Amino acid sequence: MSNFTRQGSLKLIDIEKAARRGTLYVMESRLRTMGRFIFSLISSSVLNPFFYLVSLGIGVGTFVNNKAGSAGIDGVKYIVFLAPALLAAVAIQDFMSEVTFPVLQGFKWEKLFFAMNATPLTGRQIALGTYFSSMVRTIGSVVIYFLVLVGFGAVNAKDAWPMALTSLYAAACFGAIMLAAAAAAENDDLFLNLMGRLLIMPLFLFSGTFYPLNSMPVPLRLIGWVSPLWHSTELGRWVSYGHHISPTMIIVHFIYLLLLLVGGLTWAFNRFEYRLSK
Amino acid sequence: MQNKELIVAKGLTKKYGEFIALNGIDFSVQKGESFGFLGPNGAGKSTTMRIIASTLTRTSGDITVLGKDPEVSGPEIRAHLGVVPQQDNLDQALSVSDNLYIYGRYFGLPRKFIRSKIDELLDFAALTDKRDSKVEALSGGMKRRLTIARALISEPEILMLDEPTTGLDPQARHILWDRLFRLKEQGVTLLITTHYMDEAEQLCDRLMVMDKGSIMAEDSPSGLIKKFSTKEVLEVRFGSDRNAQVAEKLKTLCERMELLPDRILLYADDAEKVLDEIHKIGLHPVTSLVRRSSLEDVFLRLTGRTLVE
Repeated sequence: MSNFTRQGSLKLIDIEKAARRGTLYVMESRLRTMGRFIFSLISSSVLNPFFYLVSLGIGVGTFVNNKAGSAGIDGVKYIVFLAPALLAAVAIQDFMSEVTFPVLQGFKWEKLFFAMNATPLTGRQIALGTYFSSMVRTIGSVVIYFLVLVGFGAVNAKDAWPMALTSLYAAACFGAIMLAAAAAAENDDLFLNLMGRLLIMPLFLFSGTFYPLNSMPVPLRLIGWVSPLWHSTELGRWVSYGHHISPTMIIVHFIYLLLLLVGGLTWAFNRFEYRLSK
Repeated sequence: MQNKELIVAKGLTKKYGEFIALNGIDFSVQKGESFGFLGPNGAGKSTTMRIIASTLTRTSGDITVLGKDPEVSGPEIRAHLGVVPQQDNLDQALSVSDNLYIYGRYFGLPRKFIRSKIDELLDFAALTDKRDSKVEALSGGMKRRLTIARALISEPEILMLDEPTTGLDPQARHILWDRLFRLKEQGVTLLITTHYMDEAEQLCDRLMVMDKGSIMAEDSPSGLIKKFSTKEVLEVRFGSDRNAQVAEKLKTLCERMELLPDRILLYADDAEKVLDEIHKIGLHPVTSLVRRSSLEDVFLRLTGRTLVE
């Protein structure tokens, strides 16, 4: 066994640099972990849109297009109408799973965040590092999904690329809320069940994803109005094929999502600091 | 530098509502020493460790770690600590070497330095052949050694170990003690909490005996035994229904006596002589054992309870 040739942490560590770059170190760690599952991440990112588009875009789409005739849905083919919603949905779901599971793992299952917090890293840096690494993964998913949409002829790459940005924007805003909610969850089983059954499913079904929201009864439209997926889908349809929205509503969509972002991150910082010092 | 105080606490108090977890304790830790907190579960050992590691705020009192207040300079202090928690919190999805690598990065250490340090630490922890194994495939002892190796990646000024060998089999404990003893020899300041007396005696230069958030005594292991116990102890058993009845007759034969549910402890500098005298007065214990006094006896004397109840 070799002897240590100690220099000592007082000489080794540049505390100011460590303080500045803490968020990047957490990101590096998360991305390294994701790298272990890169094959399954990429294959699910390709296969998921492929099956959805074959089933809904071609299968249901053919049926809907025949019924709608030349007027289409919202003036376009069903697959064109569907594409922004599917892209937003995948962005939100991927971002959500990337913040939810690592946070539960960090606080409950493997207590990795407590190991991080035994180093110079602060709760805020751990929260931000987890958040931004989820963003990197979601960018990857959105790019792949967008390319598959282009491949299916659902969108025109040149005109529709801004909908990738609106999808990412919504995912980032809602992801901030989910980051905080996962950090606040004491009972992981209950939290995951509630998220899966009471949040994701209604959010996916009642946000004007598969049909215009105004075709629903008013009480059900309420779900869409609070859903980040609806706000994102509206923006996505506006930028991809010119879906009509008033300027006021464009601002409302952006501001609503921005409020989720600011509120979510503020709540998340608070929960991370609290749980690490409990 | 040898007498430099790395940690100084005065009147350190932690309350959770009405419950007092730490009751105004004073202590200091010198550079290069191996300092132990000995006490049962709930004594306040881990609370003290978390306050030192600046991950828990105090209710009142003062503490400085490396000359800084943990509540003001948490990240700066933690940059120079190596923390081994009671429960291993390794990243199960990563390999052994990746766990060391990412932990080094949390301190902002250069990649090149970490890579060379990993070889050294794997050698130290006897895990070189497990370098690319996933953590979940390791035994409990290996995971513990990896957690200690991880805490050493930044060459900390103070290595903090919270119950380092709890849950390990005897062989794994001895391997771990050997590694910690080598660190001590190299001048690393060790801070250890334990409820094992043998561990405290093996590893600690100085011990603070704690119970219910207070300090009961503080000295070297041998100093504590000298101060609070006799040189030897005679343990006798007469059967659980007779122990209490016989105990009255034995009181005068020794310096001090403790009556436990299953046995009687007789404290004397010459325990063999006490056993002879017991036979002379016509009493014949079912079993008898003469042994040296231990920290368990110190704790019993100080608190009236055994350490592991």
